[in-house]
Amino acid sequence: MAYLELNNISKTYGQGDHATEVLSNINLSIEEGEFVAIVGFTGSGKTTLVNLINGLLEPTSGEVLFKGKPVSGTSHERGVIFQNYSLLPWLTVEQNVLMAVKEAFPKREKAVYKRKAAHYIDMVGLTPAINKLPRELSGGMRQRVAVARALSMKPDMIIMDEPLGALDALTRGTLQDQILNIWGKDKRTALLITNDVDEGIYMADRIIPLKPGPRATLGPEFNIDIERPRDKTEMNDNESYKKTRNAIIEYLMDIGNERKSEATEEYELPDLTPKDFVYQFK
Amino acid sequence: MKQSITLGKVTKFMGLGFLSTLKDLFTGKLEKEDLKSFLRKVVVPLASILLFLGLWHLGAKSLYNTEAEFKIEKALNDQGPEAAEAMRECIASGDISCQPNTLPSPAKVWDSYQSLLKDHQIISADKAAFAEKTAALNEKRVAEGKEPIVYTGRPSFVDQIFRSLKTVFAGFLLALLIAVPLGIFIGLSPTLKSAFNWFIQIFKPVSPVVWYLLVFMIVKTLLIDSSEDSSFTISFISVGLCSMWATLVNTAMGVSAVDKDYINVAKVLKLGTFQKIFKVILPSSLPLIFTGLKITMSVGWMVLIAIELLAQSPGLGTFVWEEFQNGANDSNAKIIVAMFVIGIIGFLLDRLMLFVQNSVSFEKTDAI
Ligand SMILES: Nc1ncnc2c1ncn2[C@@H]1O[C@H](COP(=O)(O)OP(=O)(O)OP(=O)(O)O)[C@@H](O)[C@H]1O
Ligand SMILES: [Mg+2]
Repeated sequence: MAYLELNNISKTYGQGDHATEVLSNINLSIEEGEFVAIVGFTGSGKTTLVNLINGLLEPTSGEVLFKGKPVSGTSHERGVIFQNYSLLPWLTVEQNVLMAVKEAFPKREKAVYKRKAAHYIDMVGLTPAINKLPRELSGGMRQRVAVARALSMKPDMIIMDEPLGALDALTRGTLQDQILNIWGKDKRTALLITNDVDEGIYMADRIIPLKPGPRATLGPEFNIDIERPRDKTEMNDNESYKKTRNAIIEYLMDIGNERKSEATEEYELPDLTPKDFVYQFK
Repeated sequence: MKQSITLGKVTKFMGLGFLSTLKDLFTGKLEKEDLKSFLRKVVVPLASILLFLGLWHLGAKSLYNTEAEFKIEKALNDQGPEAAEAMRECIASGDISCQPNTLPSPAKVWDSYQSLLKDHQIISADKAAFAEKTAALNEKRVAEGKEPIVYTGRPSFVDQIFRSLKTVFAGFLLALLIAVPLGIFIGLSPTLKSAFNWFIQIFKPVSPVVWYLLVFMIVKTLLIDSSEDSSFTISFISVGLCSMWATLVNTAMGVSAVDKDYINVAKVLKLGTFQKIFKVILPSSLPLIFTGLKITMSVGWMVLIAIELLAQSPGLGTFVWEEFQNGANDSNAKIIVAMFVIGIIGFLLDRLMLFVQNSVSFEKTDAI
């Protein structure tokens, strides 16, 4: 049985006339120790998919199985790196990480927590900023704190929603290696959401495209058979790498064009409901 | 996180940034680029204050003349030309008995301010003398288990200010203790929210006078056996009930509208209910809670004067009312002094709240 299994998942937001089916008929299975990347266009439902897997959302139909059991609610076994960092702005870098460490490893000594937090903060290169508040950090630094926070909980499976999007190429490279390092060390399982095909090829065993929504489904998967550890410069000359890369990009461009021609015919406005709380108290 | 708080930081926090500019001017640190900001922050306010005083002076003078002419006219009609001439002379001589009763000029208000201070010094000296005289006696009385003798003379203007401050802080504390916890519960539970919504809607717009009467009805009966003066209790409870609504609504709003991302973090970390409330929900709603408390403080100070006046509880409100009833020739000027004192203290309380707000919350709010 697969480590993580998604069976015929669909997800609809809203009800009645306002309902939009964002994801439809999603089937995915990830084996233990595998590294899977999902690439997709913006707004296609990648974050929705991530939240279904980590337990923040429930599917409208279908089931998510983790280690053979249906997922209900969140779990420390599945760590998440959110797309928008989601750091708590009133806590310093250290406090943000400490909070996660304390929850993941209850009943340890304070010094142990501090050491663990310091280790992961150092790993993402933020030791000099350990006492800073999130608003004093650049976007990339915030994202690194989010990475440190998720990794510090030592989850069995790590789910990453475009974790390196805001980083420059150099930092991005180092963090990719760090994540691969941690993933490889205890043979953890990883799911990476990305919009960068090269990143997917460098890091993952399999790449699966998510077609544009609404009613997005997963496309055909591409296996990356390149020996690990991978080397970026060597990879560029690798025949199999070039072939896979071109195939994926071609596929994405095809579905992108398809979407564009559809989009001219029918344009759906986003389904927004204003918050009415303020008026109730006024 | 340790941070040294310098004078500059504090004044900036409290929206008194121009003090730093002023300091730089005298210490010669002012750069040429700062000249523009110096003009705007120091010269413009000073000029507008002078303009205000000038307009006030002219206005008071014209009101004075109108009133004086009316008095002379009246004397002429009622008692004939001699009486009118006598009245004109009397007014010109500055005799207290026939001065027109109208808006006092800035100079008169300043004089009254000085005389109120002098009055305070006299009363303080009196009090000190009294304390000295009764010290030995009181010691004996306390040893015998009797009540000590206390000073029961007239309170000075400064005493009234401190009484008012005491009342407003007591009321504020009451509002805080009721509104913040209640607001948190209402914000956390949609059931409680709908249970309390009608209650908030109906009681929020009720005027301070009605609150006072309500509290009066209840407290009077509750303290029926006590010989203590209940006017302080009644007025601070009224101030608290009257001013707590902003805090209640803001707290409930802050708690129920926590950013979804933070809630997601709490869920992913699997924080317990207690941890979730104290580590995520409360910190994220602190800015709104403090905005509410700031409004509560200024509303409390504003309604305090009216409530003290009704409750006859010692303080600035009673001072104003007594001066108005009194109708002495400098009463009007004293009322204006009280008005400025009330305004300035209100402003300082607001700045104090802003300072507290900025030092606890992660978002900085600028002074308005
Ligand atoms: N809570 C919600 N209620 C209603 N619609 C939603 C909600 N969350 C997302 N959607 C809609 O679902 C679709 C997919 O959103 P999602 O955030 O999953 O996209 P995404 O692929 O992560 O995009 P991006 O690459 O920009 O992060 C969007 O059209 C969005 O408007
Ligand atoms: Mg997303």
